[in-house]
Amino acid sequence: MLNVGKIEEGFVLDHIKAGQSLSIYHHLRLDKLDCTVAIIKNARSGKMDKKDILKVECDIDMLNLDILGFIDHNITVNVIKDGMIVEKKDLVLPKQIRGVIKCKNPRCITSIEQELPHVFLLADEKKEIYRCKYCDEKFDKISFYKY
Amino acid sequence: MRHLMSPLDFTVKELSDLFDLAEDIEHNPAKYSHACAGKKLATCFYEPSTRTRLSFESAMLNLGGNVIGFSDAGSSSAAKGESVSDTIRVISCFADICAMRHPKEGAPMVAAEKSGIPVINAGDGGHQHPTQTLTDLLTIRALKGRLDNFTIGLCGDLKFGRTVHSLIHALVRYENIKFIFISPEELRIPDYITDMLKQRSVPYEEVIRLEDTMADLDLLYMTRVQKERFFNEEDYVRLKDFYILDKTKMKLAKEDMLVLHPLPRVNEISVEVDDDERAAYFKQVQYGVYVRMALILTLLGIHVD
Repeated sequence: MLNVGKIEEGFVLDHIKAGQSLSIYHHLRLDKLDCTVAIIKNARSGKMDKKDILKVECDIDMLNLDILGFIDHNITVNVIKDGMIVEKKDLVLPKQIRGVIKCKNPRCITSIEQELPHVFLLADEKKEIYRCKYCDEKFDKISFYKY
Repeated sequence: MRHLMSPLDFTVKELSDLFDLAEDIEHNPAKYSHACAGKKLATCFYEPSTRTRLSFESAMLNLGGNVIGFSDAGSSSAAKGESVSDTIRVISCFADICAMRHPKEGAPMVAAEKSGIPVINAGDGGHQHPTQTLTDLLTIRALKGRLDNFTIGLCGDLKFGRTVHSLIHALVRYENIKFIFISPEELRIPDYITDMLKQRSVPYEEVIRLEDTMADLDLLYMTRVQKERFFNEEDYVRLKDFYILDKTKMKLAKEDMLVLHPLPRVNEISVEVDDDERAAYFKQVQYGVYVRMALILTLLGIHVD
């Protein structure tokens, strides 16, 4: 079995659905950070059979919990200080997502208006449906994971 | 400051007040003939729509106000590449209220976010056309005396017809409404609408033939199969004549059923139906002016005693 060492300060994202860690890596813009990141794919899990884990050595404030909650609010966020878990953060579906996903409706004003942010609002919490603030286009979450 | 983007922006109580005002305008037009003296309405129409634009302009002129604006994107600064956000900031300096039609969905909302004056969505692509819905509701209320306890048939293009979608969303807020959707398979009502009806336990049926349901209807809302909603001409030609209302079908209907249509019609209602007392679609145009007058007064905060 592969061993990945402890981190001293940062966060561990646990219980990521197997195969989604790279997508999360990109959406959290971890590629832009100059810090240690461990991506663990297909780790054995009693609860999930297989799971992904991300370990990131950086300030917790650098983590956008809204994006993470939007991607998968079942992910466990462990905050690490001095090598120990000091906090577990609960994720919730954000009411609004700004500048993360793009409206794909070619008839939407966001397709032509310069500088207009792409904003999606939570339309159905149970079904996790988001709709474009401007044109009501439904966001298809499956396309979000395609990288 | 208040805008109108969707017919659901107003509560049922606010709509009731708006329709009371519209009916008072209908019965006492002279009382309101100078209500907007010194005020200007800007009609910013980025795509042609003679009917809606003239209805807004007529409404403002009836209120004693003035009108400025443009009637297609080519004659506006949009042709030079100006954004909607910039245009509305400029228009805010010229007018007191703006009615905007735009081919892009959500454009009036972008305008409202940056505007210094109330913005009315006068139609944004296939998305919303709230003043048409207000017109439909006022027509029903004025001619039937109520907005509840109906079986309403919606016929024609139920897939792309934004007026139909808006009307359904507006009507589900009233008691005891049953919907009958009459359309070809290709133009069926979208799932998200039927899902919403199921969630709210609002009864509905989907039928193919208009004749099969005529006798059950209190209201029949006809729609045009719009050429611009199709990606190819062949589909349009095949479907456009699917549902035509004529005298024979009208014989199956109740004596007090009303026929509504957002207009313009092509051939989905035969001209022989026009003289039938149940044909309400030209009255609907008149109610459209009254409701826009009431809306302008409401958004400008003008009260007439």
